[in-house]
Amino acid sequence: MASEARKNVLDPLVDNNPITLQVLGVCSALAVTTNIMTALIMSVALTTVSAFSGAAISSIRNHIPSSIRIIVQMTIIASLVIVVDQLLKAFAFEASKQLSVFVGLIITNCIVLGRAEAYAMKNPPWLSFLDGIGNGLGYSLILIAVAFFRELLGTGKLMGYQVLTTVSEGGWYVPNGLMLLPPSAFFVIGLLIWAIRSWKKDQVEAPDYQIHQVHRTEVL
Amino acid sequence: MEHYLSLFIRSVFIENLALSFFLGMCTFLAVSKKIETALGLGIAVIIVQALTVPANNLIYQFLLKDGALAWAGFPEVDLSFLGLISYIGVIAAIVQIMEMAMDRFTPTLYNALGIFLPLITVNCAILGGTLFMVERNYNLGESVVYGVGSGFGWALAITAIAGIREKLKYSDVPDGLQGLGITFITAGLMAMGFMAFSGIQL
Repeated sequence: MASEARKNVLDPLVDNNPITLQVLGVCSALAVTTNIMTALIMSVALTTVSAFSGAAISSIRNHIPSSIRIIVQMTIIASLVIVVDQLLKAFAFEASKQLSVFVGLIITNCIVLGRAEAYAMKNPPWLSFLDGIGNGLGYSLILIAVAFFRELLGTGKLMGYQVLTTVSEGGWYVPNGLMLLPPSAFFVIGLLIWAIRSWKKDQVEAPDYQIHQVHRTEVL
Repeated sequence: MEHYLSLFIRSVFIENLALSFFLGMCTFLAVSKKIETALGLGIAVIIVQALTVPANNLIYQFLLKDGALAWAGFPEVDLSFLGLISYIGVIAAIVQIMEMAMDRFTPTLYNALGIFLPLITVNCAILGGTLFMVERNYNLGESVVYGVGSGFGWALAITAIAGIREKLKYSDVPDGLQGLGITFITAGLMAMGFMAFSGIQL
């Protein structure tokens, strides 16, 4: 039991990461990563929602008729997101303005619904809670890594503190404006996936069409 | 009329849901291997978006907005915190009704789009479109144009990327980038292309 709990939390970090392997929850991963602060807040919000929705859905899983389960899951998730949204508006108004519609979009974030459907519907509450935390953390890891590169290269700052002194302030670093624009998020995640898959070879996808079949066997 | 036209162009190209707001990315990346399926999903998104954005606009204006319940005698009630749950409910319901209506009246279209319809409920482009409509305070006419335009923009983006991926299949991609990785980078290049529209003032 303890080992399963451990696995639930640690597995989604790299081995079964929701973003780079399961392709879940990509939208917000791209949009809120221009600086680390918003990425952090988004990560905390998502981890909370996915953990508690996992626990709540799993504790009533035996009473949900399967034909309306999506609606039931949606309602639970939407209520949790409303709570998070209201809390952010009350205690971190600036941040909630920056995140704009993306807090609301946690409802349709596939990580939350995907884990509810794939895990919480079949397992007891505590394990589902941990599964939610694990997947939330896996998401946070990617989010913060992307935000780190984008903020550092785009503005020369980290968490708002100057790390690389920019040319405009008499330093040497010329900020790369592209890093603050939408396309860079795609590139950073693409390269991140490349890095992870070069490290964990078993995550590499088989090509649909093998061009070098003959050529490769010749080389080998 | 000019105002609506510029709103339409803006929502298709300049504020493209997929490529400048990253909405609906999960399906954008997962269902873009073939042009036909991408096109089918794109059409379904246009239809759903054209129905849900105006429907949610009515709900927001007459039920949820601060003081919106004045017609029922409750001028000081502000229900906007219930927004998220009502919008997602409306979206789920409209998708379900559409599915049943299509099954009854246009079975061929239903067979073509059938599997994509349930997917659309959890497509963040749909909920995102509604939330942007609320954030920007569109009126009913604007919300119809915005719904159609943003859906069209999303359909355009997914069809384009599916076209690229069909060709990309035959190229020699490094092992680690195979599949998801190269798709991200392709989408990035497309987003850069779409950024060229951003200077246009309408």
